[in-house]
Amino acid sequence: MRVRRDSCPVDLVTAFANDASMNQNLRILVVESDPVRVRDIVDALRNAGWSDVKALAQISALDRTVKECTPDIVLIDLANPDRDTLEHISYATETSKRAVALFVDQTDDDLTQAALNAGVSAYVVDGLKMERIKPVLQTAIARFKLMRQMQSELDAAKQALEDRKTIDRAKGILMRQRGISEDESYNLLRKTAMGQSRKVIDVAQALVTAADLLS
Amino acid sequence: MSHTVLNCGYVPLVDCAPLVIAKELGFAAEEALTLNLVRQPSWSALRDMLALGHLDAAQMLSPMPVAMSIGLGGLPAQVDTLMVLSVNGTVFGVSHAVAVDIGPVPFGDAHALLRALRTKRDRPLRVGVPFHYAMHRLLLSYWTSSTPDLRIEEVTVPPPRMADAVADGFVDAFWVGEPWGSLAVQQNVAQLMMTGRNVWQFAPEKVLAARHDWVESNEDAVRRLMRAIFQASAWLDKPKNKPLAVEILGRSEHLSVSPDLIDPALTGHIVPRQNAPPIAIRHFLQFHKNAATFPWRSQAAWIADQLGADDAGIEKAKACFRSDLYRRNLSGIGADLPGASEKAEGSLQFETAVASTRGHMILAADAFFDGSTFDYTREE
Repeated sequence: MRVRRDSCPVDLVTAFANDASMNQNLRILVVESDPVRVRDIVDALRNAGWSDVKALAQISALDRTVKECTPDIVLIDLANPDRDTLEHISYATETSKRAVALFVDQTDDDLTQAALNAGVSAYVVDGLKMERIKPVLQTAIARFKLMRQMQSELDAAKQALEDRKTIDRAKGILMRQRGISEDESYNLLRKTAMGQSRKVIDVAQALVTAADLLS
Repeated sequence: MSHTVLNCGYVPLVDCAPLVIAKELGFAAEEALTLNLVRQPSWSALRDMLALGHLDAAQMLSPMPVAMSIGLGGLPAQVDTLMVLSVNGTVFGVSHAVAVDIGPVPFGDAHALLRALRTKRDRPLRVGVPFHYAMHRLLLSYWTSSTPDLRIEEVTVPPPRMADAVADGFVDAFWVGEPWGSLAVQQNVAQLMMTGRNVWQFAPEKVLAARHDWVESNEDAVRRLMRAIFQASAWLDKPKNKPLAVEILGRSEHLSVSPDLIDPALTGHIVPRQNAPPIAIRHFLQFHKNAATFPWRSQAAWIADQLGADDAGIEKAKACFRSDLYRRNLSGIGADLPGASEKAEGSLQFETAVASTRGHMILAADAFFDGSTFDYTREE
């Protein structure tokens, strides 16, 4: 189920209006309870050209906010104990495909590099050097997009394979039950699908399900 | 033997005791190890730090290495379970409002509690758990899955904030490790209804984990670490040592809570609600006895099965519980080893003697609340 994007709750501590000229269509949620740091981070993000930024301090609202606002990227301090909650929300809302960037207080290039090499959507940002926020986030987002694309290609390939198996099974059932050839079976499936304005895979699925019930 | 420094991650909970005791009472030093215990703010952070090589070893929730090995959640990495650090030790509690709603239920009766909770609920029961890949969460799902009309909403809450979450009405109930359940009772915001044991009598709770590559290339350090932890867990299970253990754990650099919050878990005397007398619970939290530290491959299989793994995933999970290393590294220091590395989980209704390398060892009861048995053996 898709959650509508325009239904953010009003209990966000800070909400910033979209600036059309700078908006890069990226929705960013910053989870941080220290108001001074929030302002620094949000300013750095705005200077970097991202204006669709929401900041959340109140942890109890994290659950709802992430579900309802569906941010593209979530920024959270590595030391924030609410990371476990955020991760759980990611599983629950199937948004493991969402980038989560982590802030660390001290510069740690090894860790940053290791995180990037691990190829996951956890990116470590040098939290206190705001001028570095743009390149690091851009890298993170680019990698994230690439990963998401690879994931969706993989999903599509898997689905295609599943579909072919189902259609093969449906063909097999028709061949056995009606004593017709494989080509004839496929044509029959296709004709039925066209006649009912349905997809071949849907007809095949229905046939396989019915056959399972009857066997 | 050259001296080795190991960075070891942990989360401040009573059951981090084997690591703290190994360091503080010199069991690590006897193995020429310096344990640099690094407190972690969350399980996700601990996992990332271990996976990225900033920690050599870590205390983990028992499902975490399994989940990572089969590629679930966060960083996929090959992480091994060297040994079990603790068995059981968790509590399930409800808010006062829910307690009033469901009426009196005998403490520890998992069936009666289910029956009471399923009636008269017009919205899901929000249950706080510390992490998605945690034994708490698996036991909660296992326990409630037999009752489909009881709707559960799982909410992840950092354990130190569990009491506040109940007080604020953010959750109706919780499944948490000590001392955080006792804290909720002390603050009079909740009542404890049962322990994890009431759902599974011998659940591996925390494990000692390390990256597979690191384990393979640091054989000697791994052996010394496992021996130090083994000795610490043996020390911890002796009743006469409990008071000192309570004092050490309560210190500011570790749990930083008062001793009366640590005492219930270590002594197995749980106060279910404010002003109620404590209930003595045998095997509430076990560190050593009954082969508690042995990483049974069948425990890994059960966890993987609960996580929805297929046959290949279950095999991977079994391989990451390193009972082979346990045998190799601990046989030299007098550890009694079970004859097999798998058992039919849930099959022991009572303490049972089984064959072991030194004759016989006593295994604790490991029954599930519903009486079922999990025996995963590949059909040949």
